[in-house]
Amino acid sequence: MKEKIVVKDLYKIFGPRPKHALTMLKSGVSKDELMEKTGHGVGIADVSFHVNEGEILVVMGLSGSGKSTLVRCINRLIEPTAGKIFLEDIEITALTKKELREVRQRRFGMVFQHFALFPHRSALKNVEYGLEIQKVDLAQRREKAMQALEQVGLKGWENSYPSQLSGGMQQRVGLARALALDPDIMLMDEAFSALDPLIRRDMQDELLTLQDKMHKTIIFISHDLDEALKLGDRIVLMMDGMIIQEGTAEEILAHPANEYVQKFVEDVNLSKVLTAETVMKKPGEVASYAYDGPKAALWKMKQAGISSIFVQHKNKLVGIVSADDASEALKKGEMNLKNIINTDITKVLPATPALELFTLLGENSPLAVVDEDDRLKGVIIRGALLAALSEGAQNNGSV
Amino acid sequence: MDLFRIPVGRVIELGLDLITEHLSFATKAFSGITESGIRILVDAMMFFPPWALIAIFSVLAWTLSRKKSVALFTLMGFFLIWNMGLWSPTVSTIALVLIATLIAMIIGLPMGILAALSRGAYRVIMPILDVMQTLPAFVYLIPAIPFFGLGAVGAIFATVIFSMPPAIRLTCLGIKQVPVEMIDAADAFGSTTAQKLFKLQLPMATPTIMAGINQTIMLALSMVVIAAMIGAGGLGGEVWKAIQRLEAGRGFEAGIAIVIVAMVLDRIMQRLGGKKEPV
Repeated sequence: MKEKIVVKDLYKIFGPRPKHALTMLKSGVSKDELMEKTGHGVGIADVSFHVNEGEILVVMGLSGSGKSTLVRCINRLIEPTAGKIFLEDIEITALTKKELREVRQRRFGMVFQHFALFPHRSALKNVEYGLEIQKVDLAQRREKAMQALEQVGLKGWENSYPSQLSGGMQQRVGLARALALDPDIMLMDEAFSALDPLIRRDMQDELLTLQDKMHKTIIFISHDLDEALKLGDRIVLMMDGMIIQEGTAEEILAHPANEYVQKFVEDVNLSKVLTAETVMKKPGEVASYAYDGPKAALWKMKQAGISSIFVQHKNKLVGIVSADDASEALKKGEMNLKNIINTDITKVLPATPALELFTLLGENSPLAVVDEDDRLKGVIIRGALLAALSEGAQNNGSV
Repeated sequence: MDLFRIPVGRVIELGLDLITEHLSFATKAFSGITESGIRILVDAMMFFPPWALIAIFSVLAWTLSRKKSVALFTLMGFFLIWNMGLWSPTVSTIALVLIATLIAMIIGLPMGILAALSRGAYRVIMPILDVMQTLPAFVYLIPAIPFFGLGAVGAIFATVIFSMPPAIRLTCLGIKQVPVEMIDAADAFGSTTAQKLFKLQLPMATPTIMAGINQTIMLALSMVVIAAMIGAGGLGGEVWKAIQRLEAGRGFEAGIAIVIVAMVLDRIMQRLGGKKEPV
C-alpha cells in the first residue's frame, strides 16, 4: 500500500512565542505548567502517522483532543509550530503561499462540521466556488458542479439557497463543493456531527457508497466511536493533543491501549447488553452429518449464499464443512462428510459479551453460538458483528 | 501650581499652522473639488420645480424601499417643507449630506477593510476613531476655518471627520463577523486574499456596512446643522438665524424639516440594508 500522507513529529502550540514554548515542552515541562507559566496552550504534541492511498482514516477524540487542529495543520489552515507533513513527495510544510494555494486548489477537498456554505450563493454557486477561483470558464464549471450535485443526489436543488435546505442537504452541498474539484484527498472535519442521528447514518452509508466508486484518500475527524468503527479502515485515537492508539476497528476494540481507550470503548458500544445472542444471525441452513453428503451440503450452501456450513448430528453441533472441501469431495465421489468435516470450531454461549467475540473470531471462519446442549443457535461473522455493535450502540444512545 | 504647563494646545496650533501654510495646495484642491461638487448637485436639484423634485424623491423612496408608506411619508413631508418656505435650504442640506457621506465612504470603507484584515492597522485606526467620536463636534469647526475658510467646504470637512467613524467601524465589524469556518472554507479551496474579500467577506458584511452608512448619513445630517455656525447655510442656517432673532416658530419649522429629511433618509437606508423595520 502506498503512503499518501505522512505526518512527522508534528507540534502546534498556541500563544505569542510558540517556538520558545516548544523548547520548554521538549525539555520536559508539562503542558499544564507551560500554560500556567507562559500562557501557551499545546494543541498537538509530537504527532506522527500516515494515511494510505485510498483509505478512510478516522481521527477520533473528544473535544479538545486536538483532532480539528490536526486536520487543519494538514492543509495548513493552521500553521504547525514544528514537524513535517508530506503529500506523496511534496513537503506541505515547506511550500510557499502561492504553491500552497495551488496544492489546496488541486489536491485537497474539505468538508466542515457546520457546512460553511456561503449563504449569499445558491447551491450551484457554492459548489462552483472552488472552480471559480481557479478561473475555470463558466460552461465547464457549471457542468462539473452539476455533476457533483448529481453525485450527492441533489439534482434539481441547484438554485436553492443554503437557508432553504435541510441540514443533511446542506452537508451534501458541502460534500459536492469538495468533490467538484476532484481532489485526491478529502479532509472531513466532523462532517456529520451536526446532523441528527438518522440523517447521519444515511450520510455515512452514502459516503461509503461514494468511496467505493471514487477511492479517495479520506481523513475523517469524529468524536463518535460508532462513526469511526463504521467508516474507518483505520482509526487514530487522540487525547490531549497526542495519539494514544492507532489501528483497525478490531484492534482498538479488542486491545484498548490504555484506560482511556478502554473507557471510550466501553462507554460507547459495549453497553454490556450486547451479547453473542443479540449480534448473531439465525443459522439458516445446517447440514446433517448422518444424511447429507457433499452434494447436499453444497446445495444448502448455495441456497443460503454462504461459503461454509455447520454440521449437526442428532441436534448437536459437530463441525463445519467448507464449500471448497465439499466440491473436492464431490469430485472424488465421496458420499458423506466424514473426511472433510472440520471439528475444530470455536463455540460460544449465547450470553458471551460481544466484546469478547473479537478475540475469538478468526480471519475467515464464523463463530458458532450454541446452547448448553451443544445445539446450534446462531452464527457470527465478522462484518455482521461490527455492524451490530455500531448499530446497537446507536440505538442505545438514542433511547 | 504653574510649575510647568504641558503645551498641548500650542503644539496642536503649531501643527495646524504648519498644515495651513505648507499644505495649502491640498486644501485648495479639496476646496475646489468639493465646492464644484456641491454647486453641481444643488444646481441639478434646483433645476426642477419643487413639486417635480418632490415627486422624483417619492418615486425614488418607493423603488428603493419597496414600501408605499415610505413613499407617502416622503411625499407629504417634503410638501410640508415646501409649504413652510424651506425648500431651498432643504435642498442645500441634502446636497451637503450626500457629498459628505460620499467622501466619508470613499475614505471610510477602505479604512474599515484595512482594519479588518490587518491587526496593525486595526490597532492604529481604532484609537483614532475613539478620539474622533468623543471629541466635541464643535471642535472640528475651528481648524476647518483656517483650512477652508467660512462656508460649505469647511462644513463638509468637519462633517466628514465627525460622521466617518461608524462607516469604518461597521465595515470592519461586518468583515470580522464572517464565521471562521467560512473563512477556513474559502482558504481551504485556495482563495487569494482578494478573492476571499470580494466573494465572501464583503457580500456577507453588506448588511452591516449598510447600517454603518446609515449611521454616517444620520451623523452627517446632525453635523451639517451644527456646521451652520461656520456658514454652511441650509436648514442649519435657518435654525441659526432663528436663534439669533429669537424666533421660536421659525426655528421649530426648520427643526421639523430636518427631522423629516432625517426620517426619509433613514427609512430608505434601512430598507437598502435588508433589515426589518424595528418593531
